[in-house]
Order: sequence, then structure tokens, then C-alpha cells
Amino acid sequence: MGITEKIAGEKITLAHGSGGIQMHNLIRSLFQKRFRNEWLDQMSDSAVIGNPVGDGDALCFTTDSYVVSPLFFPGGDIGKLAVCGTVNDLAVEGATPLFLSCGFIVEEGCEILVLEKVADSMADAARAAGVKIVAGDFKVVEKGKADSIFINTSGIGRRSRSRCFGREHIRAGDKVLINGFIGEHGAAVMAARGNFDLQSDIKSDCAPLNGIISDMLAVSEGIRFMRDPTRGGIATTLNEIAEGANFGITLDEAALPLRDDVKAACEILGFDPLYLANEGKVIAIVSAEDSSCVLDAMRSHTLGRESRIIGEVTASHAGRVVMKTLLGAHRIIDMLSGEQLPRIC
Amino acid sequence: MCLAVPMKIVELKDMEAIVELGGVRRSVSLTLLTEDTLQVGDYVIVHAGFAIQKLDDDDARERLILLKEMLELA
Amino acid sequence: MKYLDEYRDPALAHRILDKIAEACGERSELAAIMEVCGTHTMSIARAGLRSLLGENLRLLSGPGCPVCVTPNDYLDRAIAIARQRDAIIATFGDMMKVPGSSSSLYQERGNGARIEMVYSPLDALKIAEQNPLNKVIFLGVGFETTAPTVAATLAKARADGVKNFFVLCGHKIVPPALFALVNDPELKLDGFLCPGHVSAIIGSRPYEFIARDYGLPCVIAGFEPLDILQGIWMILRQIIEKRGASVEIQYSRAVAAEGNPKAAAFMEKVFEPVDSIWRGLGKIPASGLAIKEEFGDWDAARVIQADVGETREPAGCICGMILRGVRLPMDCPLFRKTCTPENPVGACMVSSEGTCAAYYKYGNG
Repeated sequence: MGITEKIAGEKITLAHGSGGIQMHNLIRSLFQKRFRNEWLDQMSDSAVIGNPVGDGDALCFTTDSYVVSPLFFPGGDIGKLAVCGTVNDLAVEGATPLFLSCGFIVEEGCEILVLEKVADSMADAARAAGVKIVAGDFKVVEKGKADSIFINTSGIGRRSRSRCFGREHIRAGDKVLINGFIGEHGAAVMAARGNFDLQSDIKSDCAPLNGIISDMLAVSEGIRFMRDPTRGGIATTLNEIAEGANFGITLDEAALPLRDDVKAACEILGFDPLYLANEGKVIAIVSAEDSSCVLDAMRSHTLGRESRIIGEVTASHAGRVVMKTLLGAHRIIDMLSGEQLPRIC
Repeated sequence: MCLAVPMKIVELKDMEAIVELGGVRRSVSLTLLTEDTLQVGDYVIVHAGFAIQKLDDDDARERLILLKEMLELA
Repeated sequence: MKYLDEYRDPALAHRILDKIAEACGERSELAAIMEVCGTHTMSIARAGLRSLLGENLRLLSGPGCPVCVTPNDYLDRAIAIARQRDAIIATFGDMMKVPGSSSSLYQERGNGARIEMVYSPLDALKIAEQNPLNKVIFLGVGFETTAPTVAATLAKARADGVKNFFVLCGHKIVPPALFALVNDPELKLDGFLCPGHVSAIIGSRPYEFIARDYGLPCVIAGFEPLDILQGIWMILRQIIEKRGASVEIQYSRAVAAEGNPKAAAFMEKVFEPVDSIWRGLGKIPASGLAIKEEFGDWDAARVIQADVGETREPAGCICGMILRGVRLPMDCPLFRKTCTPENPVGACMVSSEGTCAAYYKYGNG
């Protein structure tokens, strides 16, 4: 997966937006190369941009756009997603999310009632996450130039200077923790699209993570790194963590929290839940000593009842993610390549 | 390759059935089955929206017992 | 989940692995077993079975993935039709990324073609009914498991009088390919793990010539780890006990010796055998299915004109040898270098069930 993969002549496909290798390569070779600076080069979910406010804390800044179809799905909608997603990008950097901006691009003909519902759920989500939406923009484009509603949100948060996170703090022996079932958002949205006619009670896990993360940070200084495994699923996020590092990650298949219905949807369509999106999950890399107290803190929170230790950082297979299968064999887990498509025949 | 999964019949209507696996339901066609004695609760192998074979529950159970015997576990 | 979880039991799997190791120990030479089903390939890779099987046993992946063996001219035709203004292509997700001579359906969708992914050919028929002004072309690809579902859908289209539904037929059947394989002088095999879901339709008899005329054990196996391991063990026992090769059914909960006669009858009603080109293997007599004359009005190849252009096969790849099991993906100079799942060059990388894709994704194990 060369970073210098040729892009000339190629067109953007949906694969470039699916959170896998193609998007990774595009961001690096097209954007990061041109915008290069010390903050962007952190390549984390939020940029930690020092303390321009001068009171000793660091400012974190992030942005994300939301284009989910359908707009409403079991467990959430584009509005809730737009608030939670940006809140979570700040929270996984250890920041307390404070302020959000929101930009709407709305297609001509979109019902105002729909927009109202979306705004309602943004307000609810902002209240739940304890953030204020303090700036906004609203644009309308001709019919066909957008799909109903697109939302961009940017967020600012504050992080105590005494905390530092980074891949460089990760050591062999550290544990990999997650706060519950994987793949729910991806499966819920796929089912809601209705293309495959599957009926289920699968709900998106869409939720603001700043509460549970602050509980985790309160009990431990041993949290090395956090990420929210959204597009591309936990496989892609763990690969981003291990890529180019002097450590590897081993996942334990038997420990993966997977709901029966998500597992069943995957069996039927030939999907791998490791690559399905999550919108209310945090993966935390925690020192072995602190892993049980962090796990306890997670389980005490409503968003963490099913928290598990799902793997471990290893000195072996540096740069790679390997899964110990149910049968005790080991197999390599790669990043998502392109979109996950159902395979039938 | 042919992805097909065992699913349980939860509803029957003419040549169609609602089948279920782990809480996920779908409507499938029964056109390809010879079985005219299908009942709610039976399991079928589902491929591409069709039930392609009824699962033989007795056989499955016996075979697993037999396998365990052969492995000197039973 | 019933019929899945009980066949994933690690303790039982390890008991069978011990038996397999024991059986392998009784022979000095290496045993090579070929699976001819993409779902077996995937399942073996996903569970990491190869790494558990030890040095004395080699699992080869044969031409068991219908997408992988679909030749470029089929894809080029599908793409040419996709470019027509009133066409809607309906396809299984499997076909989306397969490269034709110069494009793929995935790229064509990016260029504005209407391409719908469906779970069932019946869903494609529904799309045709909902879009009476469009031509809806379903890409009929797959072996004997899938062909009856497409046959039944065609029969329904005719019965319901749906005139804007067409099938571009690229179906293939497994036994003639096995015949070609066992006649390959390069191939060194000790047995076949036969495809469970294909056999749910065709039964066990079509494999009998392999056991009878070529002395190779055949076991029809299911797709869960215990099924596959037991299937391998059954093959080894046939070899060791020297009781003469036969066709055995491990997957008897779903496979009867006579298969599914009704599904087979649907196939026979709608399709007829034709010579067919398998990507990587070349032309195999009577190994493909074509839509019969009486269903000609629904046959995209007859009804829909398409300017297909020149078909090129990818150069430099050794997929043919990998499909025949005489080489491994790592032996290919393109593997992991120019040929990756994002930019597949050859047949075995294009589908996630392809041997190369499975090796790429799951490592060598």
C-alpha cells in the first residue's frame, strides 16, 4: 500500500471515502502533502494546537462532514451523528468538547419539517454532550447537486496540559479496550437503506463519548491513546494505530463483543464486522497495570456495560494487526480496502 | 462460491417464507424446494433470496454425536 | 446460532486436528487437497486453518470462485451495456470491482452508470417492475447454487410478463472444470473437498467419475471450521485405509445424494450447457450455461446490442496456475506489488474469495 500510489488520471470513487486504504492514501498524497504543518502532521482525530488562550491548557480543534443516507436510521439521524462525531473526535484526544460550528448544505426541495427534526436532534445531542453550537452556515444547492442534507461540524475543546496521548507512548504489553458491541452503526445504516430487505432491531450505537472518556481519564494516568473506530471499523483503526510502529497488535476473536443480529447480518451478506462502522465506540490503549481499573470505570458508564479487553500490544509483528482466531490460529487483519460490498455468488 | 446460510422459518405463506437468523429476518422464495411439508420452525439453507434446501435436523444431530464418538469424546 | 455455532467449537476442532496430524503421520509424503469453492477458501483463511494443519498437508484453492473465473469479455459486455442510457445493471456485490479490459462496474457507477447491488435476482426483477421505461439487466454469474435462483427468476419474469428484465448469462458448472483439472498432467492432488452448496443442488453423483476413474477421494463438506476439518480428515482416511476412493458426504445435513431435483429441473428448463471460457483455465467443453431459445426474449446477450470493443486479458499474472493449484500466490511476481485488492490485476485477486485475495487479506495462514 504505497503512499505514492499514482493518482493522475484516476477519478474519485466511493472507495476514496470509505475510510480504508484508498482514503488514507488520498489524504496523505493529496492534502497532507500540500497543507503540511506540525499540527496537521499529528494526523490525529483532533489537532492539539497548543495554548493560545494562555491559561496552561491546550486547545483541540477538529472538523467532520456528514453525508449519511438515509438521513434517519434506527438509533439516530444525521443531526445526532454530526454532533456526536465531532464531539467524539475531540473526546478521544482527551479534550473536553466546548463549542461546535455547523454548516448545512441542503438540496432544493428538502422538506423544512425534515430539517427541523434534524436540528432538534442536534440540539438534543449537544445538550447531552454538554457542548454549545455557537456558529453556523446554511447553503441551498439546486436539486440533484446534493442528497437532501449534508452537514459539516467543527469543534473546539480544551485539554489539560498534564495529559498527553500519542502512539509514541504505546508499549508492548499494553491492553486494547473497547466500550461495547462492534459494527452496530454500519449494520443499522445498511439495513435502513433497505437494498437487501433485511429486517432487524439493530440500532446505531451513535452516542457522545466525552462522558465515558472523562470517567476513564479520572481513574487512570495509564491511558496511552484513544481512537473512535468509525468508517473502516475497528480493523482499520487498529491498523492506523499500528502502522509504521515498533509494536504490533494482537486481537482476540473470542473476546470481541458482537451482537447476534449484527453477526447474522454479516453472515447473510458476507460482511466482516471488523470493518463495519461504529459511532459510539472508543478504542483505548491502556497500560496493563491500569487496564482493569479503566475497564471497571467503563463498565460503570451506561455506554460501557459491555466493555472488554479485546487485545494486546505486542513486541512481535511490528506494524501489523493480527487476530487470534476462535481456533487459536493467527491471521493478519488488514485495513479496509474500498467499500465493503456484499458477496453472494 | 456460494454464500448460503441456515435460517429458521418463522412465517409461511404460499411459496414464500419469512426466515430468521440471530434476529435478522428476510422474505425468501420457496420455489426451489421439493419439500411440501415445510413447517414453521424448520431450518432452510438460504442463498440469494431462495431457500435451496431444507436442513435435516435428525441427520445433523446424529452426525455430531457420531463425530464426537469418533473423536472418543462421547 | 443454530447450525453455525456448534460447528465452530474450538475444542472439537482441535480433536479433529489431532486426528488429522495422526493420519498425516502415517504417511511419509505430503498430502495435497484441493477445495473448489470460494466459500471454503474464505472460511479456511478466516479461521486460520492452514497454519493449524501442519507441514504434511497442503490445501490448494481451485477455481471455486465464479467471479474470479468470469472472463474479461463478459465484463466488457456488462460494462458496455451499463453505459447505455436506459440501462440499469443489477448485480451481486461480488461483481462490482472486477476489472474488465479497461474499466469496472464500480468505476462506471462513478461515471454515472446506474448500477444497483442486489441480494437476490428477485430483487432485480422488482427493480425492472418499478422502472418500466428502463432495461434492467441482471448479471447472472455463479455456479449450480446460484443458477437455479436465476432460472426461477426468469421463469417468473416470463409468467408475470415482465418485458424489460434481462439476464446476461455467465453461469458456469463445476463438474466439467473438475474433469479438466484431473486431466491436467501438471496437477498433483490427493483429493477434493467438494463444494457444499453446489452439491446441495447437484448431489454427489456428478463427482463419482473422479473417485472411480482417477482414484481420487472426494468429500462434500460444509463451510464451518468443523465441517472443513472433518472433510479433510475423511479424505485422509480414504487415502490411508486404501479402501478405494469414493465420494462421501460430510455435509449431509444439507446435501442429499440426489441433490435438489426441483432446483436442477429449473436449471434444465431455462439453461443449456455450452462451451465456456474460464479466466485462467481457458475454454472448457460444456462448462457454461446459456439461456435457451424459448427464454430468448429475456437473454441480454441476444436482445441487447452492445459495442464491446477489444477484450484484453491481464498480462504477467499467473492466475491460471494458481487456479489449477500448481502455484501459490506468493510465487507470483505481481502479488502484493502491482496486484492488490485495491488494484487487482488477475482473476484470483478480484473477488474477496479469490485465492490471492484471501492470502492477501488473511496472511499466508
